[in-house]
Formats: sequence, C-alpha cells, structure tokens
Amino acid sequence: MMDLHAMLQAANPQSLATNLGPFVIFTLIKMIIVFTVYMLGAALLTLAERKISAWIQGRHGPNRVGGRGGWLQPAADGVKNFMKEETYPEAAYKPLFVLAPVLAFIPALSTFAVIPFGAPLPTRWGLIPMVVADLPVGFLFILAISSLGVYGIVIAGWASNNKYALLGGLRSSAQMISYEIAMGMSTIPVLLLAGNVTLSTIVTQQAYGGWNIVNLTIAFFIFMVAAFAETNRLPFDLPEAESELIAGYHTEYSAMKFSLFPISEYCNMITASALMATLFFGGWDVPFTGRDNIGPYSGWLTLLSIVIFLLKTSFFLFFYIWIRWTLPRFRYDQLMSLGWKVMLPLALAYIVIIAAAILALDSAGIKEGAMYASILGAINMALVVILFAIMDRGRIVSPAYGRARSDRIERLRRISERSPLATGATD
Amino acid sequence: MAIGVKVLDRPIEEVSYIRATLKGMAMTFKHLLEPKVTVQYPEAKWQISPRWRGTHRMLTTETGQAKCVACGLCPTVCPANCIKLIPGEDEKGNRYPLVFEIDEFRCIFCGYCQEVCPEEAIHVGRHYENSEYSRAGFVYDLERLTAQTHPVCEMWDPDDPKGE
Repeated sequence: MMDLHAMLQAANPQSLATNLGPFVIFTLIKMIIVFTVYMLGAALLTLAERKISAWIQGRHGPNRVGGRGGWLQPAADGVKNFMKEETYPEAAYKPLFVLAPVLAFIPALSTFAVIPFGAPLPTRWGLIPMVVADLPVGFLFILAISSLGVYGIVIAGWASNNKYALLGGLRSSAQMISYEIAMGMSTIPVLLLAGNVTLSTIVTQQAYGGWNIVNLTIAFFIFMVAAFAETNRLPFDLPEAESELIAGYHTEYSAMKFSLFPISEYCNMITASALMATLFFGGWDVPFTGRDNIGPYSGWLTLLSIVIFLLKTSFFLFFYIWIRWTLPRFRYDQLMSLGWKVMLPLALAYIVIIAAAILALDSAGIKEGAMYASILGAINMALVVILFAIMDRGRIVSPAYGRARSDRIERLRRISERSPLATGATD
Repeated sequence: MAIGVKVLDRPIEEVSYIRATLKGMAMTFKHLLEPKVTVQYPEAKWQISPRWRGTHRMLTTETGQAKCVACGLCPTVCPANCIKLIPGEDEKGNRYPLVFEIDEFRCIFCGYCQEVCPEEAIHVGRHYENSEYSRAGFVYDLERLTAQTHPVCEMWDPDDPKGE
C-alpha cells in the first residue's frame, strides 16, 4: 500500500505541484468537472441556439418544458432521442455504421482537454494548472484530434450506403480538409509571437504583450472563417443541404446515434469558441488588469479568470448563432474557391509578413514590450485597412469572389436603368 | 406598386462584403431585441375583428324562444345551401321553425343569412374554436344555435366602411 501522506505532502502554493499524488487526484477532479460542464454546456447550447434563433425571428422559442424559460428542453430532447427506435438500413455496413457516430463524438470531446480555462489554483500541495492536460504540444494536439472528426463523418456517409449520405460525407470531408489548412496556417503567426505551441504559454504571452486580436487581426479573421467551416456551421453548412442532400451524412441515422452528430457539432463549436478566445482574446486573461500576470495567484483570481474565460467563450458561441441568421450559405464551388484561392494564400502571405516583422524587430534589438507591441499593432492596422477597406471595395456580391469585369457592370447598369424598380440611386 | 411593398435597390456596383455583413449583423441583432410577435395561444388569444364571421348563433326573445319566424329567406339566400328550415305554425298563426339546422361544414361563412334576416335572429359569431369528434357534430340544430353565447358579428356598414 502506498503512503498517502508521503504523496500528499505540502508544498509551496505558488510553485507548480510536482508530486504525483496531487497531480493524479486533481487531474481526476478536473476531468470530471470539465466533462460535466462541457456536456452541460453542449446541452444548454442546443437550447440557446433555438432560443436565439427564435428571438432573431421574432418568436419566443421553446418555453413549455420547465417553466417559462424552457430550461428543461434539452433534457426532454435527450429523453426523446433515447426512446426513439433505432433503425438500421438493410444495405448499411453495420459495424462502421455503429462506429461512425462514436468516431465523430470522441475527437469532439477530447480536444477540450488541452485548453487552459483559468489561472492556476494555489493549494497547499502546490500550484494546480487549470487545464486538464497541459500538453507541451497543446495546439498541435488540437489540430491533430479535430481532424480525426472527419473520419466519423465520412465513414457515416459511406456506411449508410445511401447516395445522399455518401455525397454529404464527401462534401463535408472536402470542406473540413480544405479549411483545416487555412486554420493551421492562420495560427502560425500566433505561434511565432508566442514562440511555443503550448496553449498556456500562448495565454501568458498575451497577458504580457497584449491580446493577439490587436496585433494579428487578419489571422483571427481567417481562423474564425475556418472555424465556421470546420464545425459545419452556417454559412458553410453544406454537408446538410435539405434540398440537395436531404440531411447529408446523417440521413440514415435515428435516435441517439443521430443525436451524437449534433452533439459533437456543438462540442466542436464550444472548442472552436474556446480556441478563438484562447488564441486571440487572451484566454483566461482578465482584461484591463495586470493583476493576473504578476501574481501571487489566489483562489479568487482563479474563479474570476474562469468566469472571464466562460464569458469570452460564450460570446463566440453567441456569435456563431448570430452569424447563422445573418449570412446566407455559400454555394459549394464558392466555398472551395474561398478556402483555396482566398483563405490559404492570405494566410501564407500573412505568415511571411508577420515573420518578417518579427525578424526585423528582433534584429533591431527591440525587446518584447510596449514598443514591440505598438509596432506590430501599427503594421496590423495598415494590413487591416488594405484588406478590409481597399481590397474589399468594388466587388459585386453575386459571384462570391473576383472583381466583376467592366462589361458586366455596364450590362447590369443598363438593366437597372430599364428596370421599373430602379430608383436612380447609383452613387 | 402595391401598398406597403418595400422595393430594395439591386446591389449594382461598389459593394463591400464587410460593410454588407456588418449591416446584416446589426439588422439581426436589432431583431433579437425587438418585441416578439408570437401569440402564446392557449393562454393569450388573438383579438379578432368585430366583423369576424364564425360559427352561427340564434338570438332569442326575453322568453327564451328563438327570434326566428321561419320566413325562409336564409335558406334561399344561402349560397352553400347549408341551412335546413322546416316551418311550423302555432294555433295563433305565428310561424316558428320546426327544424332549423346549419351544417357548419358546408357553410362558407359569407354572412348573407345574417344580412337577409328580417328579425335579426340568425347571426354569424365572433368565434373560431370549433372542434368536434364527428362530422355529425358540425350540424348545429336550433337548440345548439340558441345555446351559443359568443359575441356576434357586426356586419359591414356602408356608412362606416372602415368600422371606425
């Protein structure tokens, strides 16, 4: 029998816990808490999605189950999904058909493990980092695991033995693979600035050197668009196209096996929102204070930082839903050309510019600090103006990319003059 | 152009994606905060028009008799042929309906019966919650028609066309 006392011996609360005992125990506790909060968050997100969708459309949304707020709606949905009949299409390849929802669900769950969600908690056994697994390869782990989610979707499509499901699965995998590249590329400037791929280092770097959104706005923009595409959300929800593909890859699924797909989509949304907050909005860094990065750490600071992190994450979750009811969806070819012809070159060019800027600053001997951050901020401002004010101008909305040819504009102008709907307002 | 139809200009040139997206987001956010239009039906009910024409009601005299004198105008004017009237006569020579039935399924709720009635007896009502377990339940007899209590329709008045 192990000596518990020896394992749980007291240590300096302000330095990282090094003993095995506290590490194992606190990791187990964190796993349970994070898993519970995560699943609860995913369930509440289904309600939030329906509520906010309803409010944007001038409706009330679900408000019958569990009082006026409809708080128990997710529970009712869950019970319904468990009670429903499980159907197996005759032609489906059963082992993979059963495996596919699991393959989609597990990567969605595991990615959150490496995201730091709060300032380290001082205990009498040492400092406990508020992250389930503070992997040294943090961000690479997320990229690797989240791309495994494609397997679940493409296998679901294939195993259903249904042409719509197969096409939906193919579309989805093509979309996710295309945008994964832009997503990975867009984060390289962040990694260059932090000099590390560990997410807690990235958070600490932002606490010192300013949030990345201020210095790397374009990287954030690319990351955000790619995250929307990765999670198959509007305006990129092409795998589920009612008119073309019925419900896409989950056409043949029913009951809880079907439900696992939306749940993993919501889990991915939470992870993507948490990542946006972590990589570009300082993670758990409390805004407008330097308190959290000089220490000493305390329980209250941990609590505050967790609340801040939750607020940042839920803003992006709201943003997802907000965008869903604002932008119409892309056509498939528009999606592909946006990914390959716009996002990828943009991300690559941005890496070159930021890498050059960092190299120039380093060789000029400027230390990381206010000067460094303000020079980067100025470069960023110039790039934002070039991209969003100059390059965005003079484009026709209808084709999603490319400058309209002048003869085409002439033709449109003539049509508009002849049209009885014309009001003459063409400034 | 019809009244109240908003015609938007076609975006022709010099269109910015960012501006358009931000504008759209402002629009959806505005709608998020606006009052909701859904009526919570079983608890709250829609305010129906005073000229609403719903299921019929037969008005009665103070003694509780139907006002109907069985003149036969309403079955004559009824375009849907849904009123069945068999007139009777008592010893004093007063006519009254022996049978007065309206098939609410055949009825098209035009309100002609109310307009034509010289005694202001038959009315179309301001009422819309009619459900029955059988089709036969929708043939309202005289007893059912007199027992109804819902408000009745105010027909269109040519002197006050907007009902003000």
